[in-house]
Amino acid sequence: MFDVNKIREDFPILKQLVYTKPLVYLDNAATTQKPKSVIDDVVKYYYEENSNIHRGVHFLSQQATVAFENARNYIKDYINAANNYEIIFTRGTTESINLVAFSFGKKFINKDDEIIISAMEHHANIVPWQMICEDRQAILKVIPFNDKGELDLDAFEKLISAKTKIVAITHVSNALGTINPIKDIIKTSHDNGIPVMIDGAQGIAHSKVDVQDLDCDFYCFSGHKMYAPMGIGVLYGKEKWLNAMPPYQGGGEMIQTVTFEKTTFNELPFKFEAGTPNVGAVIGLHSAMKYVDNLGIDNIAAYEDELLKYATAELLNIDGVKIIGTAAHKAAVISFNIDAIHPYDAGTIIDRFGVAVRTGHHCAQPVMDIYKIPGTIRASFSFYNTKEEIEPLIKAIHKVKEMFN
Amino acid sequence: MTIKEAGQQVSDEFQNFDDWMDKYNYVIELGKECPMIDEKNKVENNLIAGCQSRVWLSADYIDGKIYYKADSDAVITKGIATILIKVLSGQEPQAIIDADFDFINDIGLKEHLSPTRSNGLTAMIKQMKLYALVYKTKYETTH
Repeated sequence: MFDVNKIREDFPILKQLVYTKPLVYLDNAATTQKPKSVIDDVVKYYYEENSNIHRGVHFLSQQATVAFENARNYIKDYINAANNYEIIFTRGTTESINLVAFSFGKKFINKDDEIIISAMEHHANIVPWQMICEDRQAILKVIPFNDKGELDLDAFEKLISAKTKIVAITHVSNALGTINPIKDIIKTSHDNGIPVMIDGAQGIAHSKVDVQDLDCDFYCFSGHKMYAPMGIGVLYGKEKWLNAMPPYQGGGEMIQTVTFEKTTFNELPFKFEAGTPNVGAVIGLHSAMKYVDNLGIDNIAAYEDELLKYATAELLNIDGVKIIGTAAHKAAVISFNIDAIHPYDAGTIIDRFGVAVRTGHHCAQPVMDIYKIPGTIRASFSFYNTKEEIEPLIKAIHKVKEMFN
Repeated sequence: MTIKEAGQQVSDEFQNFDDWMDKYNYVIELGKECPMIDEKNKVENNLIAGCQSRVWLSADYIDGKIYYKADSDAVITKGIATILIKVLSGQEPQAIIDADFDFINDIGLKEHLSPTRSNGLTAMIKQMKLYALVYKTKYETTH
């Protein structure tokens, strides 16, 4: 049984008051809060275990190295990767995508080649590809989506050509909440001999991700959107690609031998992990995954879906509320506008009710352009949110209508 | 009236309200008095970067003094722009360049009118000072 009140006890930050009102945290798509067990494990690391890894022969260094590599093994199992060296630590999803764009691009993308993304991508899955397109004189192709925020898969198939070198698609849209049919997209792409990179920033925390079942070539995600600290992310990549790709950054850890004539690179995963990694955050990510495993990702997904349905119904009860993104398959993200009120005005008032929502374009300006709106108000839920927390949001919206209409 | 006095006057007006909601309602009311920028000037060049909403700002130099006009697609932002215009419009360029904005802290909407928010307050002030600097330099080089 999913006992949300008991779960909330694990998140110290949720207990606070904001403007004398209980904090209602509905900005989980931006970053999630951290359970006490994660905070404790990170603190313990710095109190008792901190040391630089892989090179030290001393006790602490060995201990830290073991903890670091244990985390990698846990992550491998968590996403069901075939090998632990297919797990590359990065600073976050953005760096993971940049790594793929840069290294894959340098090796495999040439003049007039094509890269396919979608119109609902976060800027982090647009800009790196634009940069590599400019560098390699390649062409960016964009899959459109319908009014509900669902990708047009027929259009996608038509975009595929002999020139297509990679498809890079988000698992879940941060602005619309759409869960994309990535397994179908991967299958279609592979039938055409094209590898696929998935931006999993919004996907990993809310559903089971099995990279072998998906058969994706790359999967990128951030720790901080799944209850772990900021500054740590993962790039999963299939061994065959990672081995074929050149290193992304140079430095310590990633080398085999260095002379001024010639440097040979280390093997996977170290080839892509230049410099001292964020060991404390890796420990935190390991801890967060254990926490999620303990609750059960399927239980989390079911509960969040219940919250989504309840909150959607409650919001639609209010005259003038328009939800942007009404796909059949959605994560617990609701983007909406109230009449013609500017999201900034609405967000300013909603904040005063102690409710943390995000307003603006959510780093997905092309999505806003398609709907011809300046932005949206976005409420995004996590398993520690309750149905009762929808009420202050509803009250705030009524106030917004009163003040601005 | 000096900029300091004008700022004091605005913050005095805000002291009449205890409740944050009344303060916002007043900001919204102030927005209705905003000297509106001419439609033809609502162009990319006059947009202020760094706001969640769109803010257009223009400035005219008349008899040694600067007069601002603005508009925004967000009501609160428009109110904030109006507050700044009330305090700065009709002042000489050097006074605007030298102005501090301590009165904003006294208004009591600090969380919202502070430079950390994405309402573009800092960007607006910067742009207003930039206009003052441009007009001052222009005047000095032609006289």
